[in-house]
Amino acid sequence: MNLQYLTDNWRRVLDLTVDHLVLTGLALGLALLVAIPVGVLAARVRRLTLPILALLGALYTVPSLALLAFLIPSLGLGEKPAVVALAVYAQISLVRNIVAGIQGVDRSVIEAASGLGMTRWQVIRRVEFPLALPVFIAGLRIALVTVIGLASITAWINAGGLGTLLFDGISRNYPSQILAGALAIVALALVADALMRILERLTAAHYGVSR
Amino acid sequence: MHGAESVNDAAVDGENRGSRISIRHVSKQYGGAGAAAVNDVSLEIEPGELIVLLGPSGCGKTTLLKMINRLFEPTSGTILIDGRDISAEPAPELRRRIGYVIQQAGLFPHMRVAENVAVVPSLLGWDKQRTAERVDALLDLVGLPPEQYRRRFPAQLSGGEQQRVGLARALAARPPTLLMDEPFGALDAITRTRLQDELVRIHRQLGATILFVTHDIEEALRLADRIAVMQTGRIEQFDTPLAIMSNPASDFVARLVGAGDALRRLSLLPVRDVARPDVAAAGAPEIPGSTDARTALTMLLAQGSAALTVLDPDGRPAGTVDLAALQGAIASAPAPA
Repeated sequence: MNLQYLTDNWRRVLDLTVDHLVLTGLALGLALLVAIPVGVLAARVRRLTLPILALLGALYTVPSLALLAFLIPSLGLGEKPAVVALAVYAQISLVRNIVAGIQGVDRSVIEAASGLGMTRWQVIRRVEFPLALPVFIAGLRIALVTVIGLASITAWINAGGLGTLLFDGISRNYPSQILAGALAIVALALVADALMRILERLTAAHYGVSR
Repeated sequence: MHGAESVNDAAVDGENRGSRISIRHVSKQYGGAGAAAVNDVSLEIEPGELIVLLGPSGCGKTTLLKMINRLFEPTSGTILIDGRDISAEPAPELRRRIGYVIQQAGLFPHMRVAENVAVVPSLLGWDKQRTAERVDALLDLVGLPPEQYRRRFPAQLSGGEQQRVGLARALAARPPTLLMDEPFGALDAITRTRLQDELVRIHRQLGATILFVTHDIEEALRLADRIAVMQTGRIEQFDTPLAIMSNPASDFVARLVGAGDALRRLSLLPVRDVARPDVAAAGAPEIPGSTDARTALTMLLAQGSAALTVLDPDGRPAGTVDLAALQGAIASAPAPA
């Protein structure tokens, strides 16, 4: 194994990295569209909290290749089924942390807020949202890293991205290409994780406590 | 008195004209069956009074309190503040004119002390300068030097300091009414006593009408102008601390307040009411007439003297108190059956 492929084809690796990020971004965007209302619902209606989390947890355990194969008949090959599958896997981290963030806000703080004369909407905007935000960002970080990792598998159904290097390299028995793809994916995940941790710290810095 | 346009926010003396609160036949039944949490309660509260709602847990005192700022709605009955039915306007607007202090302080952990205190002014749309001056004046009032505390977060404060900020936050927009729900319940005894003393001082200084919920009889006696004793949703007795100690309306009240406790009763009597009018021998220790009789007893015992000279407000000798006078005071208040 060597870095020959990476040094010779860094432009292609860069292009695929951008593709990978776009795929990740689309998947997370779709995931958020679903997770935010579902998470708020699961947090507000206590009867639904456990069933919703159990369902999403079960979905998370479906093997990724099986889920992709399952989506092909209805959505075909390419980006579309990939985005859907990745969004499904992101749900549990997002929804779980939305629920934890909202339910974690101290009851006495909410009572004080409405007792002082905040409207329901002001309580949400000024108190519940900022207090739930750091927990939610932590969930977003986990979902992001999960999706970056899983998005290499979706190259298998022609969704593009860095996974292409892995599958090509395997079929052509070209270790240097496999290494280039693996390194790029790991680097991407590490950088994303680090950036999100900084964001997390920035939002939690409001508390005035080091965590 | 000055008009609203000339209000100086940095001045806190006598700023709150206390409200008159009329609670009329108010009941609260929580969903489903079971006894009413509050059962046909009526109270007339005069402007500027400090009323303590006293009773065991589950007696309905907190429910009654929370109906005044409409965190709970009564099942029946009406509540008037200064003659206006409180259900006549949206609850958030009503609440901005009612200060609210709760047990765990309920400070907003993501806001600094100054932002916490400024919450109601910001809801009311005060400008920056006016708010900042007001915040500093209030932090001074509750004994937290503004330059030291303004920029701290709640997590960086002790329990007592958090409760002081909670009080400042409740007072921010000069509410004529202040509701306090066991505000000192979670504090250690020393901090609690200190905050009780400061609350009395602040109440005297501001003049707001205060409703204070507690299950602590000592706290009730120390703070209240009048105490409403509650049991199973009803008012058992509504009177001054001394009247409740001397003439408990029922066995329940007598047991709850420990009406048989002679020392506790002495602590409610100013020594001038106990003193004989003759002036004691020269050289007797002197005591201001407004001091409570329990302190006088302590002085007698501790200093080993036979009598104390009681002073009038101008510091002139006005009478004498000795053990016989104190015994007479205990005996003259009828003990409960």
